[in-house]
Amino acid sequence: MMLTTTILFYVFSAILLVSALLVITARNPVYSALYLVLAFFNAAALFLLLGAEFLGLILILVYVGAVMVLFLFVVMMLDINLERLKEGFLRYLPLGLAIAIVGVLEMVAVFWTAPIGRVPAPGPIPANADNTRALGELLYTHYLYPFEIAAVILLVAIIAAIALTLRRRPDTKSQAVGKQVAVAVRERLRMVDLRGPKP
Amino acid sequence: MQNALFHWSFAIPEIWVLAMACVVLLVDVFVGERQRDVAYVLSIFTLLAAMALTWSQMGQTGFAFFGQFHLDPFTSIASFFVELLSLLVLSYSRKYLLRRSLYRGEVFVLLLFALLGALILISGANLLILYLGLELLALSQYALVAFQRGNLRATEAGLKYFILGALASALLLYGMSLLYGLTGTLDLHQIAIALVNVGSANYLLMLAVVFLVAGIAFKFGAAPFHMWLPDAYQGAPTPVTLFMSSVPKIAIFALFLRILVDGGYGSIEIWRQLFVALVVVSLVIGNVVAIAQTNLKRMLAYSTVGNMGFLALGIVAGTQNGLASAFFYAVVYAFMATAAFGLIVYLSREGFEAEEISDLRGLVRTRPWAAFLLLIIMFSLAGVPPTIGFYAKLAVFQALIEAHFIWLAVFGVLMAVVGAFYYLRVLKVALFDAPAEDLAYGADDPLAASVLTVNSLALLILGIVPGALVAFCYHALQGVL
Repeated sequence: MMLTTTILFYVFSAILLVSALLVITARNPVYSALYLVLAFFNAAALFLLLGAEFLGLILILVYVGAVMVLFLFVVMMLDINLERLKEGFLRYLPLGLAIAIVGVLEMVAVFWTAPIGRVPAPGPIPANADNTRALGELLYTHYLYPFEIAAVILLVAIIAAIALTLRRRPDTKSQAVGKQVAVAVRERLRMVDLRGPKP
Repeated sequence: MQNALFHWSFAIPEIWVLAMACVVLLVDVFVGERQRDVAYVLSIFTLLAAMALTWSQMGQTGFAFFGQFHLDPFTSIASFFVELLSLLVLSYSRKYLLRRSLYRGEVFVLLLFALLGALILISGANLLILYLGLELLALSQYALVAFQRGNLRATEAGLKYFILGALASALLLYGMSLLYGLTGTLDLHQIAIALVNVGSANYLLMLAVVFLVAGIAFKFGAAPFHMWLPDAYQGAPTPVTLFMSSVPKIAIFALFLRILVDGGYGSIEIWRQLFVALVVVSLVIGNVVAIAQTNLKRMLAYSTVGNMGFLALGIVAGTQNGLASAFFYAVVYAFMATAAFGLIVYLSREGFEAEEISDLRGLVRTRPWAAFLLLIIMFSLAGVPPTIGFYAKLAVFQALIEAHFIWLAVFGVLMAVVGAFYYLRVLKVALFDAPAEDLAYGADDPLAASVLTVNSLALLILGIVPGALVAFCYHALQGVL
């Protein structure tokens, strides 16, 4: 059992790393986006292995289902010249490397000094553990009040954005379906007497 | 067991305002352009009912939502005032909005949501709730300021207000996060307990309090954090300015009271010094720069800065009496500002804002009653007896002298004298200058006229018999320390 989990972990991690690498190296931006979807799937699988099923499912639903689909639409609709984006790669490489090295050093420093040894390893997960339920209890019971206020803030943001940007433009050629349906025969068809005046 | 911790019933005014804001939003969509009065009347009804609900809670105390919602005398009384002020704002502005094609459901809905934010702030007992309430209040106001999209000045004001408001929120959040790091809790009462062990000599606590005070001063509009205020006041449609100068002042006082008194009273030695600095700068900038203004709305904006200085005098005193006098000052100032901006709204008409001081030339000949009300309002703002503005200043100075800040009280009185100059100059223009030939005031709105009359006369009558209002406001602060 332990062995299966370990093997699965390495398989998913390897695919995750390879697909993440391919995201930034692929020539075609559509491929990049699809590799990112693959990376998300593997990350979700890793969450599932950890027993965090809610996070895993949400990652697929939100990121793959919504964010990436939107992203793909954008990529397909815009004509992005990727060659031009990659032009400065060598020029910016030293700066990028320097930032990466600083980041790695900081992480090493944290792990070096952090009391990793003193923190007890998490105990075995109880059989009836349910992190969806636990999250739900926190979000919808204990923090219900701030949660609702946050929802109201979002509503206000929507109302404000629409009120500030929506404008009716009378000069655009848009269909008025109601008018089309309500049209009468007389408005479309004019009967003309072609026989002319009687001789 | 868990249901007992919710105590829904404590938050009934908030729930009512939220539900009705959504109802107004939907009803407005269905009734459309011609029956907009339905949405307007519904909003007025919402505010009246909210006042009744808040009044019925008077005297109850307790916590709701797992200690995140605090119902005490201050909550009920301050909520009642902000609901009443919102009602005044709505009743002043119907004609104004109609004339500028701003008479739209979204305006009422955003006003109700801003009020909801103020209510949440007033009853918040948790840093998270206070921040969310503040954002709700601010976000609604940003949109309201920029609502006249075609007006360049309004959009500029909206953008300035938005950016500086976001900066203020960031400062406040930084202070909150430091406070959280120091005490390990977001709950204000647990913060108060934890701060006993921290002591006021802690550098992190000092840093946290500096950020918190800066954020609060930004939102108050106290100098030197007042830069957004004149532009936002001038650029916004006058009814929105009316709202901004009244409701948020009480709400931000509540924010101060919750964070720095309920939670951080252990750090009073730190924030008191900061407020002394704010008082001195605000009183000087507010009262001196106002003299140079020719625009009435800008002048009143600087007058706000100065008045926030007077309010902060009560905060500096820091005693039970001092805080109560500061709250009393906030309430009185809110009603004075409502009357002052209400008068501008009342006198304006299509294409004419009545916002330059020179627009009031010879008001006494053309509109004697409005000129009389202007006299009361300006006397009250300047602090001339027997208006309520005099009692508000008196209460603050009294508390300050009790707390042995004699020099600050003397300085405050001096600045009040300087301030009296520009209020009296408005009166000079209105009462003694010859009326301009080409000026015609809008003044044909019976609703605004009657509300303005009641509002202004209240400033005078409450000044003659201030006992009830003083007792009411002081009762609100009973037991905060």
